[in-house]
Amino acid sequence: MGDSLGRVPDVPKISAADVSKVATLARLSLTDDELTTATAELSAMLDHFADIDALDLDGVEPMMQPTPLANVMREDIEGETLDRDEVLGQAPLTEDGRFRVPPIIGIED
Amino acid sequence: MSITYVNDDGYYPSNEEHPRWEHEGYEMVVGLEVHVELATRTKLFSSAPNRFGDEPNTNIDPVTLGLPGALPVLNRQAVELAMRLGIALNCTVQKSTFARKNYFYPDMPKAYQISQYDEPINIDGWLDLPDGFRVGIERGHLEEDTGKSTHVGGAGGRIHGSDYSLIDFNRAGVPLVEIVSRPDIRHPDQAKAYVTELRGILVAVGASDAKMEEGSMRVDANVSVRKPGANFNTRCEIKNVNSVRSLGRAIEYEAQRQVLLHEAGEPVVQQTRHWDENDGRTHTLRSKEDADDYRYFLEPDLVVVDPGIEWIEAVRAALPVLPSERRAGLAAITGLAAHSEAIMVVTDRGHDGFVMDVAKHGGNAEIALKHLQQLPGAAGVPAEDVAKLTTMEASGGLTATQAKQVLADMVEAGGGDAETIAAGKGFEAMGNSELESMVDAAIAAQPEAWEKFCAGESKAMGALVGAIMKASKGQADGKAVTALLNAKKS
Repeated sequence: MGDSLGRVPDVPKISAADVSKVATLARLSLTDDELTTATAELSAMLDHFADIDALDLDGVEPMMQPTPLANVMREDIEGETLDRDEVLGQAPLTEDGRFRVPPIIGIED
Repeated sequence: MSITYVNDDGYYPSNEEHPRWEHEGYEMVVGLEVHVELATRTKLFSSAPNRFGDEPNTNIDPVTLGLPGALPVLNRQAVELAMRLGIALNCTVQKSTFARKNYFYPDMPKAYQISQYDEPINIDGWLDLPDGFRVGIERGHLEEDTGKSTHVGGAGGRIHGSDYSLIDFNRAGVPLVEIVSRPDIRHPDQAKAYVTELRGILVAVGASDAKMEEGSMRVDANVSVRKPGANFNTRCEIKNVNSVRSLGRAIEYEAQRQVLLHEAGEPVVQQTRHWDENDGRTHTLRSKEDADDYRYFLEPDLVVVDPGIEWIEAVRAALPVLPSERRAGLAAITGLAAHSEAIMVVTDRGHDGFVMDVAKHGGNAEIALKHLQQLPGAAGVPAEDVAKLTTMEASGGLTATQAKQVLADMVEAGGGDAETIAAGKGFEAMGNSELESMVDAAIAAQPEAWEKFCAGESKAMGALVGAIMKASKGQADGKAVTALLNAKKS
């Protein structure tokens, strides 16, 4: 049993712990079943990248963008802004014209 | 952005001749990361205004708030200002790309910051401090600023134990350049001089107003200590340093803290530490979020920035004269060292050109420099008026004290003829015979002081000079008095 290049799949490319960490960083909460599924799916994706890694690309310039465009810029001219009340009206909590959020950073010692 | 520490690799050879901070046989190794807000009209990726001090959340648009479907478009002026700075710092300006730095934090509503990662616009430069110490520049890259958080509740509004935070997105998306130095700094004074010089360059090239107190220039310091010549040790990053003076204090405190740990055989833990101006110490800054894994990837909504040789050379050609060159100009016409205090102060105020003008009008540059240092308002007086004043002072027609008073009048009136003003004040060059009789009178009145002075006690001269000054109502020339006393002694 092998893939199109005749290689036998090796150990999974990503562990459940890795997937769990990435999910936490992305603020996703996964059930155990979802974690198992996501681990299998991400491993398969990484297998695909391994196929690309296997190609001999010495001397090939990395393609940084899929388009040949460069230097798409605008002039430094002021444009429209949004109405503050309308924007703040979408937030669960506001105070003094600002968004109110839970504290994030703490200082030890 | 973190600094790659390589053991003294690329350290400028003549730096070895400069003093190094030392404590218990350890030296400090410091690299600085400086964020500066660019002086553009609009944000880095949108046309919302870039203005400090406006009402909270008024300079916001869909891009600033990361609303679905909003797309960034790069501000050409921000690129140009970054290039100006890079060229002024002797960097190579190169083809660059933008990346997403992913993290969840309420000051960045997109959940990522657009920054330059592996291909920054400026790389490999240097900054020479006024005393000739050279600090390598690793990179100077473009990125967007975050929103501003205000921590409410807890102990006096400090981050520690705050109850909640308030977010203002006016600052989110404001263009920044982050300038990362190499870990070349070995003394707190070098760190202070680096930031001061960098600020001077930023202002000179018009890239930023670079005000630390308003946060348009923010400095983080990477500090470690080691035995000279040994490999670099673990470093800590110091944040929340809000003035040049605090920077020196924070670095020194942190270096001493680490020396104590090394001496006690305890590990220095790599971490971000928060400088507290009130207790003069650094504290562990603990993020409740595990956000040290930024998962950078190329920003798919932006294309390559490739300024090209033509644009780069146009920016280089339009660059103004930098502070170092202006100081060298003053040094050449005054004979003082380029990093002497008078030259530093006067150049920093932008009055070096005025001193040059005084010299062009035939005035004495060194005397003009001294007056400009003491009385900045003199730069508003026509240069030819100041030139005449310095000539009178140089030839002994006016004492330094008298010249100061005449100049003060000129500043008040917006100019005037030095000779006329001096005459109006009754300042006339005191004849030598008149002065000599005052000197003789003072010696006669204080024989003990005279004896001590003759015996080599230089302190005794003060009493004599004081008496003479009093007798002349402050109009005697101090130098002439000293010369007369010394002549009479021998």
